[in-house]
Amino acid sequence: MAVKEEQQFKELMAKGTSLGKVDEDIMRETIRTQDYWINMGPQHPSTHGVLRLILSLQGERIVDTEVVIGYLHRGTEKLAEARTYHQIIPLTDRLDYLASPAMNFGYVLAVEKLMEIEVPERAEYIRVMMAELARISSHLLWLATHALDIGAMTVFLYCFREREMVLDLFEMATGGRLITSYYRIGGVAHDLPDGFLDKVKEFCEIFPKRVQDYDDLLYANRIWLSRTVNVAKISAEKGLALGLSGPSIRGSGVNWDLRRANPYSVYDKLDFEVAVFDGCDVYARYLVRRKEMLESCKIVKQCAEYLEKTSGPVMAKVPKVLKPPVGEVYMATEAPKGELAYYIVSDGSQRPYRLKIRTPSFANLIALPEMVKGHLVADVIAAIGSIDIVLGEVDR
Amino acid sequence: MGVIDRRLPDNKLTEVIDKVVNWARASSLWPMTFGLACCAIEMMAAGASRFDFDRFGVIFRATPRQSDVMIVAGTLTLKMAPVLRKVYDQMPEPRWVISMGSCANSGGIYKTYHVVQGVDKIVPVDVYVPGCPPRPEGLMYGVIRLQEKIFQMKVLRR
Repeated sequence: MAVKEEQQFKELMAKGTSLGKVDEDIMRETIRTQDYWINMGPQHPSTHGVLRLILSLQGERIVDTEVVIGYLHRGTEKLAEARTYHQIIPLTDRLDYLASPAMNFGYVLAVEKLMEIEVPERAEYIRVMMAELARISSHLLWLATHALDIGAMTVFLYCFREREMVLDLFEMATGGRLITSYYRIGGVAHDLPDGFLDKVKEFCEIFPKRVQDYDDLLYANRIWLSRTVNVAKISAEKGLALGLSGPSIRGSGVNWDLRRANPYSVYDKLDFEVAVFDGCDVYARYLVRRKEMLESCKIVKQCAEYLEKTSGPVMAKVPKVLKPPVGEVYMATEAPKGELAYYIVSDGSQRPYRLKIRTPSFANLIALPEMVKGHLVADVIAAIGSIDIVLGEVDR
Repeated sequence: MGVIDRRLPDNKLTEVIDKVVNWARASSLWPMTFGLACCAIEMMAAGASRFDFDRFGVIFRATPRQSDVMIVAGTLTLKMAPVLRKVYDQMPEPRWVISMGSCANSGGIYKTYHVVQGVDKIVPVDVYVPGCPPRPEGLMYGVIRLQEKIFQMKVLRR
């Protein structure tokens, strides 16, 4: 045991930490430490739900992290096997409850791909608009809680102010604030209500100014910088090897966004930039999401302009009883957290034989132990915040 | 209230003291943030800018030792149930529980192998807030009902 500790200590010293290199002799003389374990969660305000971490520490430095999940395992995939294709839509809402339209989107696209349904263009634009609004709302909540965890309370209040605006839009169109269930296989449930697009445009006008407000608080804030820059670094190669996706990998300089790389729906007709920063740290991931909010706002504006000019059906001709052909389909979309994919195996009946959901949070969480190695305990909070996990999605 | 808890006769003096104690308890309900799933987001929204829970004296605390009421917001699974009970046991008395949302009330749409069909199987519940998820207004109404319940309580009186 002593040999192992000594080795770990040496490794740590050689590697350096977030505070820079520490003089080994000083550390050895002044601090006598031994390995111990602390348990973080599952009831912890900063783990974004019911995540449990077992941190193995040497002094205050993290040697190893064990992630324990399953505290919110609700059996969504198993439930889906006993439901018809339409009935699964409300279940997908509750995977990532911060962006339920984006969760619906992936599922309906998968079923449409399986059944080869042509969706009216108006419906596609409505869907993209809702999914991008959901991205804004999700990133706002991420920024709110991430800043709150690190200690900036005001950002939380600011972000929720704008988030309520997005939720009001959802409520106006769908009747639900958080859980919308607006998407249907072949389109959306109903057309947008009168006055909705005006409200959307109003929001698009206001929102960039509000992002300026958050920038004033965070962008060059010394405390924010010292808590985020060079914290929880992960290289592009390592990130790709671990299966990171979404803003987490784009923060490591990998230009991989499914909306661009593998366009689905009408994303190829829309003008937007993919946010890529190569800092590899928490701050870079913050910059990615910050820019994504603004880009999403642009997309929403373009969709609103298109929808104002056109009218038409919002639902394809789909039989009441859905019986997809025998076969399987894999459909990946860019959800706010990363690559969300649905894999459906159909046996020709009304219910899927198997529904596998590849959720971004689950894959991103695997990178956490790698990120926090050698950091202080307080940095774990920043790291968890930066990969933006939702436990509903991790455990399904 | 220790040894004199509900042991004194019912007269004018004890009634007034009871009222004062109940008023104090009801006006500063500090809930513990026991966010489990979707409802936790609406619970946060209730505490944030627009709905502003602070008006009711409701300030979210991160530890059970400082809180009076536990808002169970979300789906309780079998793996989480012992933790919920442990946290509840750590709360000082008097303590109350608000069950928020369909999952916490009855399991909701998740009638599966890993979901507890209602938190009242694990801890005693005072107020149930229906909805999937309930709106922040719904949670506020739940808290107001709990305050009404607290005003009915007897502290010194038999």
